[in-house]
Amino acid sequence: MIYLRLFWEFFKTGLFAVGGGLATLPFIYDISDRTGWFTYQQIADMIAVSESTPGPIGVNTATYVGYITGGLPGAIVATLGLVTPAIIIILIIVSCLKKFRENRFVDHAFYGLRPASAGLIAAAGFSVVMLALVREDAFKASGNILDLFSWKGLALAAVIWVLTNLVKKTKDLHPMFFIAASAVVGILVF
Amino acid sequence: MKDKLKQLGRLLITFAVVGVTTFGGGYAMLPALQREVVEKRRWATDEEVMDWYAIGQCTPGVIAVNTATFVGQKQAGVLGGIFATLGVVFPSLVIITIIAAFIQNFAHLPAVQSAFAGIRVCVCVLILNAVVKLWKKSVVDWKTLLIFIAVFACSVFLSISPVIYVLAAAIAGIIVKELEARKS
Repeated sequence: MIYLRLFWEFFKTGLFAVGGGLATLPFIYDISDRTGWFTYQQIADMIAVSESTPGPIGVNTATYVGYITGGLPGAIVATLGLVTPAIIIILIIVSCLKKFRENRFVDHAFYGLRPASAGLIAAAGFSVVMLALVREDAFKASGNILDLFSWKGLALAAVIWVLTNLVKKTKDLHPMFFIAASAVVGILVF
Repeated sequence: MKDKLKQLGRLLITFAVVGVTTFGGGYAMLPALQREVVEKRRWATDEEVMDWYAIGQCTPGVIAVNTATFVGQKQAGVLGGIFATLGVVFPSLVIITIIAAFIQNFAHLPAVQSAFAGIRVCVCVLILNAVVKLWKKSVVDWKTLLIFIAVFACSVFLSISPVIYVLAAAIAGIIVKELEARKS
């Protein structure tokens, strides 16, 4: 029963993904590893789509994964699975709001959770790097260390990094802009 | 009854507007939330929105969804929470489904494939930027650095469910802080 499993997988994601934005990413890689419903490549494409369309990234990725796995009903079931734990937890917390915020165990748990969340997202990013910038097959075929990296990809990455971090004029542009520009560069150069 | 329905409908629509005008992750939602909920509807003050936001951030789940549930619950009880949440996810459901269908049909074209090869490079940098931002806020001493490195290394080299890391990190946080408190 694929819909039930989709709901359950995204219920877990919604329950354990802490910190918003890309926090759902490690869970989606985990789902891919265990179920084979979609590939790493599809996850990378999905991140791009989620970042450049309206709506919270976490919700967008759940909808996308759900659609790939089970069509429109899959998209709905995955999204509902993702939001159900949040609804339940928030409705419980609302009744003891002050106590929750001032509870020292909650505070201390988050002291450990935040760096863990950053580490999990970094690891997910590492998977995308392996996919986009590293050419393992070409390296194995030729044995030449220069073939290990996609130099065009690295050059593009360096340019985007400079534009998103150092150049004042482009620093605060929406990610959508960089994604669109990269698509054009991809068509012209890759 | 009729008033209640009207109120739920308004919550649904307001949060659908918030959803459709939010690009990106949790933080990106704040301006849209302030405009729709504080300025237009006057359902809350700026301070209240910041409070909900802080709580949304320190509870599991997608921040936007958490905040929507909060506002909705405050306005119209449990049903209000559910309707506000449905509102915030509705635009995503429609837009992403259309795009995903489109990509599935055109993914085999060489031009689309090289476009996505370029996009993937961009995604690497976007994730790097996000991690750097999170790092600055979360890695505050050598203990948190250790947690970061351990979780990163383990999840690159082992295939264990991220659930385990999340639980372990929460417990580690509590133990570290308790030990610190006892020392002083």
